[in-house]
Amino acid sequence: MTAQDVRLDTGTRVSDHGLALTRRKVRVGDAVFKLALQTCFLIGFAVLAALLTWVIYKGWNRLDPRLWTNMPVRRISQIDRAGVQSAIMGTVWVISLTAVICLPIGVLSAIYLEEYADRNRWYNRILELNIQNLAGVPSIVFGILGLGIVARRFGLGFTVITAAIILSLLVLPVVIIATREAIRAVPQSIRQASYALGATKWQTVSRQVLPSAVPGIATGSILALSRAIGEAAPLVVLGAVTYITFNPDGIKSSYTVLPIQIYQFISLPQEGYKDLAAAAIVLLLGIVILMNSVAIFLRNKFQKRW
Amino acid sequence: MTSSTTTVDPAAGNTLRRDRPRLVDATVRVLLVAASLVSVATTVGIVVALVEPAIEFFGEINFTRFLTEKSWGPQFATPSYGIVPLLVATVEITLIALIIAIPLGLGSAIYLAEYASNRTRKVLKPILELLAGVPTVVYGFIALAALSPLLRDNVPGFAGLEFQNMLVAGVAMGIMIVPTIASISEDAMAAVPHSLREGAYALASSKMQVATRVVVPAAVSGIVAAIVLGISRAIGETMIVTIAGGLSSDHPEFNPLHGAATMTAYIAAIAQGDVPVGTVDYNSIFAVGVVLFALTFVLNAFSIRLVRKFREVYE
Repeated sequence: MTAQDVRLDTGTRVSDHGLALTRRKVRVGDAVFKLALQTCFLIGFAVLAALLTWVIYKGWNRLDPRLWTNMPVRRISQIDRAGVQSAIMGTVWVISLTAVICLPIGVLSAIYLEEYADRNRWYNRILELNIQNLAGVPSIVFGILGLGIVARRFGLGFTVITAAIILSLLVLPVVIIATREAIRAVPQSIRQASYALGATKWQTVSRQVLPSAVPGIATGSILALSRAIGEAAPLVVLGAVTYITFNPDGIKSSYTVLPIQIYQFISLPQEGYKDLAAAAIVLLLGIVILMNSVAIFLRNKFQKRW
Repeated sequence: MTSSTTTVDPAAGNTLRRDRPRLVDATVRVLLVAASLVSVATTVGIVVALVEPAIEFFGEINFTRFLTEKSWGPQFATPSYGIVPLLVATVEITLIALIIAIPLGLGSAIYLAEYASNRTRKVLKPILELLAGVPTVVYGFIALAALSPLLRDNVPGFAGLEFQNMLVAGVAMGIMIVPTIASISEDAMAAVPHSLREGAYALASSKMQVATRVVVPAAVSGIVAAIVLGISRAIGETMIVTIAGGLSSDHPEFNPLHGAATMTAYIAAIAQGDVPVGTVDYNSIFAVGVVLFALTFVLNAFSIRLVRKFREVYE
């Protein structure tokens, strides 16, 4: 950028000196164009900021300990006692399990693709394309996978474990792609030094490459889990939209999660439920934004420049 | 590869033999391959899960009925099975979203890539990434409970806005995909080499001319990829349309002020109810799912190719 600015500056200076290189006309178009671009950015931001502020305002009266100490209620007359504890605990269960399932698989898969796979083999290229494609499959299609295969054929039903498996598969491409990028950023010289000292392939990968790639892997993992926390569509298909007033007590338990509970409240006509939904959204957004901030901070702070 | 070290000629005197077989390395390799196969199994699982019930569906319902009937309602008293109304609603909401998201997303991207100072960009780009992480139920809630009443009560001409309608669903979806389009196009523009810009400046171009006639054309494959990805996300998005887009599907609905079910909204609505396995109702979820999957698959494949192209040219 600076190089361009300098060039522009010299251009103007020349004309200021009264040399022959004067502009034919003042560039009004340029100023208008820049203003238009800034407006685009501001509109995107301002609209969203205004709307999110409105959500906070709407949920403000319900943002108190009732939200996390009480259970959802069915009757509108009891709305003042309603909370979302079962959804919070459901989210904790489902997301913890998701982390346990998808992080090891994602990292191992990325190690294979970056360190072991021969890219000239057709099957490795297909593996790679397949992951890129999976990243773009609509989340509700993963719900259908869960419904048809995991819940019915495997007989796991509409339980915490089914939800965790499907969310794991859904965010797996995110983990793999982020981990691959982190591994690729580790310079070849480190691997060669390790081999020169007699290390095996796995010793090199596990003791040199992976430790160097940890910040990138952590960033990708957090982003993936924060996406899983906000995901509702596949769970709608997986029977999560039921009235649950108890916390899960195991992986075979019925469950609800925050985004699903929010969806349920929104679907009810009474204004009291909308306020409760807004309060739960503030909680959900708080968690997601906190996680994403940590991820972005980690990446910007610890990303090594080799 | 580890295997290459074993093939030292044993006939020679000083053999470089291993002191022990490398069990760990071999085990690890098996584990890594197994982990990689999970994603393949996922794709196979998706195809199997979709295709089996869909075949059953088309065994009972003629394929021409599926394509030509003007109404979709497996649950109606006289059931109808035309996908057209679901497709119309999907395309309509996607178009509304694009009308919002393309100018805002591209404008933001050009601003970030060409005009913003390094310091501004360092602040704005992470915010963009944060916004991309807002869960879609939130957009659905905003559309239903804020945008819809706001338009209906305050803007003349929108009094006929239905409680759930395609217009606000499309607008909310547009706001949702702005960060996606902005972020990927910005990457593409940032990948355009500086020499191109400097060449244009040397020919006395203004900053706007450089942006619009050099950088944007040079980054066009990345920009198209971003837009295609945005379209694919809009088509596959479920919660916004389920909450705010409406559920009727008895005729192709062209008026954006009215509500209508998209493919995803239909799947979500039926799957929520307790539909008995094996019925036409149940199988219809998968038939619509096949169309949805095929559509997004083609769009994604196209976008992946484009991204690869701009990477090849400039990186």
